[in-house]
Amino acid sequence: MAITRRRALLLGAALTVSLTAGACGSSDSSGGSGSAGDAAAPAASAAVSGADIEKALDTGGSITVWAWEPTLKQVVEDFQAKYPKVKVNLVNAGTGNDQYTALQNAVKAGSGVPDVAQVEYYALPQFALAKSVADLGALGAGTLDGTFTPGPWSSVHVGDGIYGLPMDSGPMALFYNKEVFDKYDLEVPATWDEFAAAAEKLHRANPKAYITNDAGDAGFTTSMIWQAGGKPYTVDGTTVGIDFTEPGTRKFTALWQKLIDGKLLAPVTSWSDEWYKGLGDGTIAGLVIGAWMPANLESGVKAGEGKWQVAPMPQWEAGGRATAENGGSSLAIPEAGPNKALAYAFLKYATVDEGVRARVDGGAFPATTAQLQDPRFQDKEFPYFGGQKVNKVLAESASQVVGGWSYLPFQVYANSIFNDTAGKAYTSSTTLQDGLKAWQDASLTYGEEQGFTIKQ
Amino acid sequence: MATSTPTAGRSKTIAARGPLVVRRRRSPRGRRSATLTVLTALVLVYTLLPLVWLAINATKTQEGLLGSFGLWFAGDFALFDNIAATFAYGDGIFVRWLLNTLLYVVAGAGGATLLAALGGYGLAKFDFPGRKAVFAVVIGAVAVPGTALAVPTFLMFSKMGLTDTPWAIIIPSLVSPFGLYLMWTFATDAVPEEILESARVDGSGEFRTFFRISLPLLAPGLVTVLLFNVVATWNNYFLPLIMLKDPGWYPLTVGLKSWNQQALTAGGEAVFNLVITGSLLTIVPLIAAFLLLQRYWQSGLAAGSVKE
Repeated sequence: MAITRRRALLLGAALTVSLTAGACGSSDSSGGSGSAGDAAAPAASAAVSGADIEKALDTGGSITVWAWEPTLKQVVEDFQAKYPKVKVNLVNAGTGNDQYTALQNAVKAGSGVPDVAQVEYYALPQFALAKSVADLGALGAGTLDGTFTPGPWSSVHVGDGIYGLPMDSGPMALFYNKEVFDKYDLEVPATWDEFAAAAEKLHRANPKAYITNDAGDAGFTTSMIWQAGGKPYTVDGTTVGIDFTEPGTRKFTALWQKLIDGKLLAPVTSWSDEWYKGLGDGTIAGLVIGAWMPANLESGVKAGEGKWQVAPMPQWEAGGRATAENGGSSLAIPEAGPNKALAYAFLKYATVDEGVRARVDGGAFPATTAQLQDPRFQDKEFPYFGGQKVNKVLAESASQVVGGWSYLPFQVYANSIFNDTAGKAYTSSTTLQDGLKAWQDASLTYGEEQGFTIKQ
Repeated sequence: MATSTPTAGRSKTIAARGPLVVRRRRSPRGRRSATLTVLTALVLVYTLLPLVWLAINATKTQEGLLGSFGLWFAGDFALFDNIAATFAYGDGIFVRWLLNTLLYVVAGAGGATLLAALGGYGLAKFDFPGRKAVFAVVIGAVAVPGTALAVPTFLMFSKMGLTDTPWAIIIPSLVSPFGLYLMWTFATDAVPEEILESARVDGSGEFRTFFRISLPLLAPGLVTVLLFNVVATWNNYFLPLIMLKDPGWYPLTVGLKSWNQQALTAGGEAVFNLVITGSLLTIVPLIAAFLLLQRYWQSGLAAGSVKE
């Protein structure tokens, strides 16, 4: 664990170096390749039109795609079958942070940059601001308004630009182990107060069982603040403000502090083998998590088959209809990528056109409204969930995502220090509110060092 | 038979030979110490426990893994299924990773050992201006961890267009300052000047002398250095992690990590049982290398500790 942490910091540092260097490097590399007097990169992108994209598909060529999302394998096969002259080289260059480091390094080194890269929503602003990824507005992405659900669509916007096409989304819902809930006579909580009451009832009835786990998770915390209507991050170009004392954050910390103080949260890190174990044996009886979770339960928690169910995310007010996004990623086109027209053709195929179908069939949760409203999608019965029409619940959540959320342009770094700051609330007497303040201060200090203007 | 080091040049010998010298001090009259026994047993348990855990858990299915006590067997004995699945998963990419690792070890560790032998011998047996400076550089290089050099090396290699190729792993592996230092100190004592001089008098060229006369004398040290390099290259993780993007060139370490990472992503498949079985398979060749080479190695450790 210690090694992992240290490596994460090291990667963070490497990312920092390449981020700053990338910001100035990209302007001189495009100045070098374009003719003198040309405007830099955006102008080069603007030259690509719909006709160019068609032409690129006809003439063919090869592109490299860096992604770890498993259903893309099928998409690539289908795409190559449809456009036989195009060769798509799908590379899993690492997951999340590892891939971002590799991408930043490649951008900085100016060689080995892929044509398409998978970038999670929380990380996209960082790449957009460094101009490491291209503004797809120039390639025609602006016409896709209304194609995607509002949450992911706003997540790929940074300022006036569109820096990726949403590939999947993670509107949140409550996943719970019905067998455990029935055994201890728990109602499915509709509000967070009911959730806290159920947490206590369950843990009192069985000291080994918890309603959910949380050992400090930046993605979960920000999503919860998002649902509570909080807007702690204000970003305007390179002017950044962070305020974890605002009402939305306080709503969340007040509730969660009660759960932490009562030791009602399983002290288990998400995605660890302990976590999978707990989800299978019923000691972790619930998860408030993104809509992509069914596939993970099916493959990683086989012991839970027939026991798990999905319900709407608990609300802050009874009868409320507010959710948030948790996770999810986009496909972006690195500015230094060699074949933008073909890359965009693939992007559109995988996120808007036929590719979406293949991905949904493979278990991915789409970000396109057409797919989400498709009766075939909504009426699909999940044997793992005892035949429940899971997608109905999840698709409804997708339409209720609270608007106006934004991440920091250095969220990758900020998340990497979450456990050293806010995470202390889970292991010591520090309160979550104080922990978040420490996270805020550390993030702001970093932002200032990186040359961002800090709004007090 | 005296067990002390020679008086002449004593301090120099001890300092230079430090890592190789093991002085076996038999406790007089075979007296046993309870404290020592307990401490040794503790260390033994501490070092063997992870291995035992690994061996036990490689016999479990994914469900058994998550549903049973970690240090005992689950009901199902799935070791052979797991091994078969490990080799078959992902179109048999494990085999490819195994071959990649072997390539990096043979070319990288083998090459590094040869270079260390040549360099160490040269520095020990030839006097030339700047030897002290070289010594300082080598000692300094020993102190720099490979991880710290990984990012600059990456930038240099990407400028040369070598990233994402096997060269990016092999070339940095060829550099082994510690191995060079070991060979240097070893060669200082293991190859007597007199033999070299008589070889020269008989008209043997320097390279011929090295390969025919010195190399056999250096064998124990060579094996030690080879083992160090093999272990380092076999376990190399950070360098391939940043150098390689194409899973087709991954060594086992990075490949297994990528399998483990699958469990951490939306829609990814959790294959903990394969990661554990793969890890067990990964250490088997290392254990074999140690068992095969240990007697050479042991004689190397003892060499020079006794003045005859």
